[in-house]
Amino acid sequence: MLKREEIAQRIAQELRDGWYVNLGIGIPTLVANYIPEGISVEFQSENGILGMGPFPYEGTEDADLINAGKQTVTIRDGGSIFDSSLSFAMIRGQHVQLTVLGAMEVSEKGDIANWKIPGRMVKGMGGAMDLVASADNIIVAMSHTNKRGESKLLKECTLPLTGVACVKKIVTNLAVLDVTDEGFKLLERAPGVSVETIIQSTEGKLIVDGEIPEMQI
Amino acid sequence: MNKIVASSDKAIEGILDGMTIMVGGFGLCGIPENCIAALVRKGVKGLTCISNNAGVDDFGLGLLLQQKQIKKMISSYVGENEEFERQMLSGELEVDLIPQGSLAERCRAGGAGIPAFFTPAGYGTEIAEGKEVRAYNGKPHILEKALTADFALVKAWKGDPYGNLVFKGTARNFNPVMAMAGKITVAEVEELVEPGELDPNFIHLPGVFVQRIYQGSHYEKRIEQRTVRSKN
Repeated sequence: MLKREEIAQRIAQELRDGWYVNLGIGIPTLVANYIPEGISVEFQSENGILGMGPFPYEGTEDADLINAGKQTVTIRDGGSIFDSSLSFAMIRGQHVQLTVLGAMEVSEKGDIANWKIPGRMVKGMGGAMDLVASADNIIVAMSHTNKRGESKLLKECTLPLTGVACVKKIVTNLAVLDVTDEGFKLLERAPGVSVETIIQSTEGKLIVDGEIPEMQI
Repeated sequence: MNKIVASSDKAIEGILDGMTIMVGGFGLCGIPENCIAALVRKGVKGLTCISNNAGVDDFGLGLLLQQKQIKKMISSYVGENEEFERQMLSGELEVDLIPQGSLAERCRAGGAGIPAFFTPAGYGTEIAEGKEVRAYNGKPHILEKALTADFALVKAWKGDPYGNLVFKGTARNFNPVMAMAGKITVAEVEELVEPGELDPNFIHLPGVFVQRIYQGSHYEKRIEQRTVRSKN
């Protein structure tokens, strides 16, 4: 099973030179630590930064420079700052090539739920609905099952949706999967995790085609 | 032209019970701290607040929530405030959650004379319920209406008597679009400068959108998630 950092590491392998990338809160934020050598990507934070840099050194943090998770950050040379409307113009207008975000549930059709548990958690969707409705390429980073051991890769989402038929790829602690017209297609398994375990942990339709390689991390 | 008012109390004059106000900021970054404090002092009630977030329990809009001055919140994310959650779950507080990009664009549209627009955000979700759906380029979009407010309260880094504003870092966020959408827009600035001191080429928000301006004081600029890395 992959640790959080390893999920981020595997997702980082999907980055391509020249891409603008929006990283969600949690595991997605960690992707910035594993940019493959020799490629250049720029991170967009929807509260208004392009060219977001790493966390500041202690003592240099600036209350006027935060990311969408309200964490103090830095801005790299060549970066820029803008207002919220322009930020979502970049997102809606598909000028950002990749969105990585977390989820509570994903359906075999690529529907995603990650903003509300009726009666229990109502924090709001933030920018997630705009991001998933517009991004060309969406990768979900999440654990394969919830705390009760139930699959988060479902036939149909049970929670209120964030977006429909939008997720393209999922990286979990057990596997890498593509969302296809026929269902979840298993591409890779985490080191030491059997295909059988992944089948048992996936409620939605899972396509296992031939030998499934282990992820290279 | 001189839009300077003497104090935060003067700046919010005319805000009455039951009015709709926009409040700039993202989390606690770029919030009009002095205007919020003045609203607490004034004790005005039954407000509808349009703001991306609702502050934390003891700062930002949380201060107005504590005093039960807010009737309704229109926001995109409200996860950092326990008093907010309590009031919402008990039904004391009405809450309208809308996608962040739609919130920003609805404010911008309100200030730009665009009554409504189609966006793909939220299609197929519960926020699309009751909204007109139309397909463009083969993709379904929902109709979102512009937002305006009786007052918009914004915070900038620098401003001049004409109301021209310059923001600092990510404290810009919702402030410019909300300033555009206020019938009366109040800007509080860290530094009020003389006319001509701001380079017209680098003004983020032209003064036409601002009706009142004053220099705030005692900025706390609280950080929600202080995150640092070590030098090694």
